[in-house]
Amino acid sequence: MYMFIEQAMNGLQYSALLFLLSAGLTLIFGIMNVVNLAHGSFYMVGAFCAASAVAITGSFSVAILAALVGAAVYGLIVEKLIISRLYHRDHLDQVLATLGVIFFTNALVTLVFGRSPPFVDIPPLLSGSVQILPGLNYPIMRLAFIGAGVLVAIGLWLLISRTRVGMLVRAGADDAETVDALGINISRLFTMVFTLGALLGGFAGVMGAPLLAVEIGMGEKILITTLVVIVVGGVGSVRGALVGSLLVGLVDSFGRAYIPIGMSQLLPPEYSDSVSSSLVSASIYILMAIVLLVKPRGLVPAQR
Amino acid sequence: MTRKYIVVGIIFALLILVPPIANVTDDTFLVSMVTRFVIYALAAVSLDLILGYGALVSFGHAAFFGIGGYVVAIVGFHMDMGDTLFGWAGSNSALVIWPLAMIMSAVVGAVMGALSLRTSGIQFIMITLAFAQMLYFVLVGLVQYGGDDGLSITNRNLIPGLDVDDNTTFYYVCLVLLTVWVLVCRRIVNSPFGMVLRGFKQNERRNVNLGYAPMPYKLSAFVISAAGTGLAGVLWANYALYASPDMASWLKSGELMAMIILGGMGTIFGPIIGAAVFLGLEQILTAWTEHWMLFLGPVLILVVLFSRRGIFGWLVGGRNND
Repeated sequence: MYMFIEQAMNGLQYSALLFLLSAGLTLIFGIMNVVNLAHGSFYMVGAFCAASAVAITGSFSVAILAALVGAAVYGLIVEKLIISRLYHRDHLDQVLATLGVIFFTNALVTLVFGRSPPFVDIPPLLSGSVQILPGLNYPIMRLAFIGAGVLVAIGLWLLISRTRVGMLVRAGADDAETVDALGINISRLFTMVFTLGALLGGFAGVMGAPLLAVEIGMGEKILITTLVVIVVGGVGSVRGALVGSLLVGLVDSFGRAYIPIGMSQLLPPEYSDSVSSSLVSASIYILMAIVLLVKPRGLVPAQR
Repeated sequence: MTRKYIVVGIIFALLILVPPIANVTDDTFLVSMVTRFVIYALAAVSLDLILGYGALVSFGHAAFFGIGGYVVAIVGFHMDMGDTLFGWAGSNSALVIWPLAMIMSAVVGAVMGALSLRTSGIQFIMITLAFAQMLYFVLVGLVQYGGDDGLSITNRNLIPGLDVDDNTTFYYVCLVLLTVWVLVCRRIVNSPFGMVLRGFKQNERRNVNLGYAPMPYKLSAFVISAAGTGLAGVLWANYALYASPDMASWLKSGELMAMIILGGMGTIFGPIIGAAVFLGLEQILTAWTEHWMLFLGPVLILVVLFSRRGIFGWLVGGRNND
């Protein structure tokens, strides 16, 4: 039972990270109709900025600020220089141009920060663990993670459903040309949404830094999982991103815990190890394939 | 039209003349490098068949490249061990292994295509990516076949009457296969079948109203393309004497697409140039600087942004869409 709860918490924490990335990415896709493979690069830029800021100043709050500013500024530059030229291109062009951005960013980050960035310690305020159930301790850092995810989800919901900018974002997702014709500067809106997405990605980077490895190529790993999330949830809808993140995070976490146990009972030991390690890594892709076959547009498709 | 055939003629003349030139200049590395170009060209031409003519953006074609390579590696592994594979004693003949690998790629392609083609657009890109990632992780999980490290291969598959261990001979084998495959693809895209496929790219609804069901056409093209990419994987495994999960990684799929865009999408011949330029650029840049990605990335972006028809389109000129 404790194992179940612990895995559920780990899953939720992974979901929170995925939500930060997928919410931005799905908005970029839903509103601008752009496939942005470089989204993971903002995550990496955020993590590296945070790691360096911690190494220099020793302060975790400065690290958060550095990650947010670094990722947002880089996102702004990428949007202005490249993405803004891709709005009316087909998906293939977008995939390839943003693949070029990934190559470039990986090399640039290596050049600026070096191959192995300083390790980020868990800040003292968030270290240690609390008892969430009698006999079950859980690290505070991971709880803070989940909390941050929930706060961002609420914040995004308020932004999108309660503010003028959010209204324009929703309108833009429905019909960008009409919004443009009504006198709204649509390209400025696009830039804002893209920068917001990059900023969220940078925030995910700073949250991931103490727990996951900060390395070149970390962006691509998480990007593919993020793409799975938005396709499972339904491309273009923030609610879909939330559902997708929860599903993917939990499936991954429970898969890691229970597939090896199940396989060792089903199969002879000489096969069970390799079968279960393959299945564990492939579980979220299997989930995605099943969802797409049953509901090709995702679980919570954006309303059109 | 004539200008196009001159360009194509020059490409193939250059490819044929590489070994004699290397002989004169005593540059043994040249043949090895151009063999790589030709093998990747085979994969890129295969992908162009569905990407350029069917508008099916498969982001998972590296999977077939990996399958081709692993068929060679796994059969070779069991031959070396002296045991059987599902009761089959194995073979070291290219005439057995290579068609087998193509059939395996085609079968996996049929399953993957049948499922993926239920979706379209961005979902199609993502589901093909997901299937390739699944295969990638299965390959990583195959601990008895080296897992993450991959499998090395002791000997190249034998072709009766040819000394494939000689690098020049092996190069010509690859070149002949590429040529045959290009001719096959040309026949396909200019056949009635190919015309229907191109019709789906232009306007799917119109084609459906003309009475063509999309699935059989798209799926057949997908399977043919998978078999061709599988053959490229076979050649790669024989060339490098090594197969690893990286053959099926998503970056490999991205590289294949980049080669097509670079050379010219929907031209069959373009991807050959694209493969050569992409790999050549990689070669030059890696020799020059450790941070070669810093230059390759922007090149890719610039090509996408400013060169709609690729190098081949630019060489051929005019408004030749064939």
